[in-house]
Amino acid sequence: MYAFTYQRPTSLADAAAAIQAEEAKLLGGGQTLLPTLKQRLARPTDLIDLGAIPELKGIREADGGLEIGAFTRHAEVAHSDLVKRVIPALASLAEGIGDRQVRNMGTMGGSIANADPSADYPSAAVALKASVTTDRRTIAGDDFFTGMFETALEPGEIVKSVRFSRPDKAAYAKFRNPASRYAIVGVFVAKFGAEVRVAVTGAAGSVFRATAFETALAADFRAEALNGLSVEADGLNADIHASADYRAHLVTVMAKRAVEAAG
Amino acid sequence: MANPNGIGASVRRREDQRFLTGRGNYTDDFKRPNMTHAVHVRSPYAHARILGIDFADAAAMPGVVAVLTGADMEADKVGSLPCGWQIHSKDGSPMKEPPHHPLARDRVRYVGDAVAVVIAETREQARDAAEMVVVDYEELPAVGSSTRAIAGGAPLVHDDAPDNVCYDWHLGDKAAVDTAFANAAHVAKIDLVNQRLVPNAMEPRAAMGEYDQSSGEYTLTTTSQNPHVTRLLMGAFVLGIPEHKLRVVAPDVGGGFGSKIFHYGEEAVVTWAARKVGRPVKWTADRSESFLTDAHGRDHVSHAELAMDADGNFLALRVSTLANLGAYLSTFAPSIPTYLYATLLAGQYKTPAIYAEVKAVFTNTAPVDAYRGAGRPEACYLIERIVDVAAGVMGMDKTEIRRRNFVPKEAMPYQTPVALQYDTGDFAKNLDIALPLVDYPGFQQRRAESKARGKLRGIGFATYIEACGIAPSNVAGALGARAGLYECAEVRFHPTGSVTVFTGAHSHGQGHETTFAQIVAERFGIPIENVEIVHGDTNKIPFGMGTYGSRSLAVGGSALVKAMDKVERKAKKIAAHMLEAAETDIEVKDGRFTVAGTDKSLGIGDIALQAYVPHNFPLDELEPGLDEQAFYDPKNFTYPNGCHVCELEIDPDTGVTTIVSFAAVDDFGNVINPLIVEGQVHGGLVQGIGQALYENCVYDEDSGQLVTGSYMDYCMPRADDVPSFTVRYHEDQPCTHNPLGVKGCGEAGTIGAAAAVMNAVVDALSDYGVTHMDMPATPEKVWRTIRDAAPAMAAE
Repeated sequence: MYAFTYQRPTSLADAAAAIQAEEAKLLGGGQTLLPTLKQRLARPTDLIDLGAIPELKGIREADGGLEIGAFTRHAEVAHSDLVKRVIPALASLAEGIGDRQVRNMGTMGGSIANADPSADYPSAAVALKASVTTDRRTIAGDDFFTGMFETALEPGEIVKSVRFSRPDKAAYAKFRNPASRYAIVGVFVAKFGAEVRVAVTGAAGSVFRATAFETALAADFRAEALNGLSVEADGLNADIHASADYRAHLVTVMAKRAVEAAG
Repeated sequence: MANPNGIGASVRRREDQRFLTGRGNYTDDFKRPNMTHAVHVRSPYAHARILGIDFADAAAMPGVVAVLTGADMEADKVGSLPCGWQIHSKDGSPMKEPPHHPLARDRVRYVGDAVAVVIAETREQARDAAEMVVVDYEELPAVGSSTRAIAGGAPLVHDDAPDNVCYDWHLGDKAAVDTAFANAAHVAKIDLVNQRLVPNAMEPRAAMGEYDQSSGEYTLTTTSQNPHVTRLLMGAFVLGIPEHKLRVVAPDVGGGFGSKIFHYGEEAVVTWAARKVGRPVKWTADRSESFLTDAHGRDHVSHAELAMDADGNFLALRVSTLANLGAYLSTFAPSIPTYLYATLLAGQYKTPAIYAEVKAVFTNTAPVDAYRGAGRPEACYLIERIVDVAAGVMGMDKTEIRRRNFVPKEAMPYQTPVALQYDTGDFAKNLDIALPLVDYPGFQQRRAESKARGKLRGIGFATYIEACGIAPSNVAGALGARAGLYECAEVRFHPTGSVTVFTGAHSHGQGHETTFAQIVAERFGIPIENVEIVHGDTNKIPFGMGTYGSRSLAVGGSALVKAMDKVERKAKKIAAHMLEAAETDIEVKDGRFTVAGTDKSLGIGDIALQAYVPHNFPLDELEPGLDEQAFYDPKNFTYPNGCHVCELEIDPDTGVTTIVSFAAVDDFGNVINPLIVEGQVHGGLVQGIGQALYENCVYDEDSGQLVTGSYMDYCMPRADDVPSFTVRYHEDQPCTHNPLGVKGCGEAGTIGAAAAVMNAVVDALSDYGVTHMDMPATPEKVWRTIRDAAPAMAAE
């Protein structure tokens, strides 16, 4: 990697000040940034490590749902009794991210701010009607992800926490890339009373809702309700592991599996 | 078993203590005072002309010691990397052997081809400066695959290799095969691709060069499977350094799988540069460089036809293979798709006539050479796939058609129509052991149960035979080898009875430090702790050929036995003298030398002491010391063989294949350490399964760019991808021509597994009319096959 200045602020205010430096980068768990640096694909002047800021940590029950600090590692979400009790599907999603090493380092804030099209958390943020609190404002989960590696965050804006609503039923099913084990397709299904949300990650440039699936499941929350339904393959991602039409097919398969798992 | 750590004992690997506690000593761990670091500037293009190299800015960067290019090497008369095996084409002409410079001179021919080297105080400084080297390239059209290479009008990788052909070779009796096909009742046909693989040793390649100005001696520390071969090739052909001034050390090496047999350009660069800059120079590949520049494996495109009579007896096999050798000839590349492939096309079957044609071509891709199995997995895969197709043609059970065509045990030794003579093997027995392990009669019921759950279940068989311990030297030489293929060992007893063994074999995961010590402990009745195995340093070990092709025990172990024979012969003379008996009256058992019919005896330790403290020693008849060396040149190959059975389940909704069970029954001859053998089989099976289901090295056909250049895209098998293996072996058919009766086990798993898995995949999809699928059977490929076949099924 290229040389950079490493900073480890202990307050959000200090971090917000530090990130104003030109070409500074925020460092969460580093599971995307550090490999990028090692391959010399990025050249930040400063790396602002968010790991020593108390305001970014902790998992709390809030408004019947959960509020999870941005610097909460995937393993902490996966193993939290609180998360397992309030939104078990979220704990289960976290337990399936990457591998043990990734889960012990990677953070929720880093994952959603990076907005990797094949990351898992964006599907939960959308399906669980999340809101993202930053050092400046609150952004609805529906508005947060704007494109491939793009979010509504402004330059230097720092994610503080993410609030998730508690669904009646929910589950996440994903089909992993056999090589990288990122999601080729991940589908998060959540049922809130009469409303159903189906959020799809991995398949396209950014997380999206399968609205036809939602309508069908709102009427009949069973896997069979999705028979004959599929998302349009046009515009989906395609690579050597999965073509667009295979991904489109997998969205239906994974959605059905999520519905079955949600019970 | 007399010795608890002797032959046949599952002794835990002695070397693992240091490996598992982080105390291994790998090339990159070596640090020298004043050491510099080398980073190579590599071509981003698959094919380009070098118009100029501007390194003025790079040379001025902080910490930079030197920037060196192919022109500097040319000025110093550095030679081309040599090829160790020459093949002649059908017409008798020698293969095309274009130069392969450690640093490219006028053209680059694959992505990763080195054009310059930057040497700096630190690795990061060298990397920084390497980015500042400006190479002016004129991009040329590239050839990204073997089929492209032979297409009309394809660009030429080397101007002196017309049509990109290195050689067009054949083996076997074409006329006999044509006659057999003319009279055949049935013919099975198949087209298949054996895809390119990246070896992926855990330790990336590394090399450190040193030059001692006072003595004029060079030292190369390198990740090599055969340091003496590297010393010979680099010293004699590339750098012009005589052996006595060049030491090559291969310390702990973290896996090779063949990829570290070869002499690579970086080794020559650091050795040459060390003298040039007057300081030690170290280079360590990063993983991206490993993907780009380690010699790859496999990469065959084949068509095969099998002629049968009305009862399913094989009459003749006809094979045509296109082999991709990459941009340059790696050290042993030409031998892999020829003498290590076509000679194995008889498999376990008594097919009377076989004819194989192999066209080997240059492409703008990384060089291809031996990778675990090296030619033999390609042969096994082709044979076992076409046998399954033949079973379909005949409507025969897949085990029955194999059994019917096996070379019977009684026919051993058996001369195949493709040059080899099998010494031993009981192929039916392997199958007889395997079938109960997998409950073959119960398979149809299990298949029905899977179907009820919406899953497709398949079972696949593969039998294999491999030729290991490539030999003898005179035969290999007649076939084009430019090296001998013996092995050496020195057994040095120390005065107090401990032993150091110096072997030309090299351990980089095989466990020689344990198994070789077991052999010595057994022979001399001494504790294994008293035996040390030394390998890997040309200043310590006699000239040996290293480790590859499952040869270490069969060839290196035999050399060790020969050296121990010599030690024992001398010890017997000493014992006779000490015990005041005739030499012919001395009986030797487990290291004790006894006067027959008496209780007068001596242990080997007593004799060793006498040999080095010769106060009462037959100096007229014997020299002091107990230190003997032997070279062993085998009489024949060894022929490990076995039967693998894979059962798997396919999820038709996603196309995901899950291996349910895998049984491997092997005949490795006698087994020294069952635990290590089982570990070797496990590793081999996973690599074979990796090829069948996961691994695929993809180059863009047009641009020659490596698409699968990292683990994000190159899929390695993981522990959770494989089941718990059922591994059995039998020792009923020991090798008849080496003293230990051993055959070798290092490659067997890889050779049989891919075919067994793919036969099971095709079996699982048989209801859809599928008769073949190319590897790897990725989820999308399987899903698409099912989807495309489903409407046709519905229409029926």
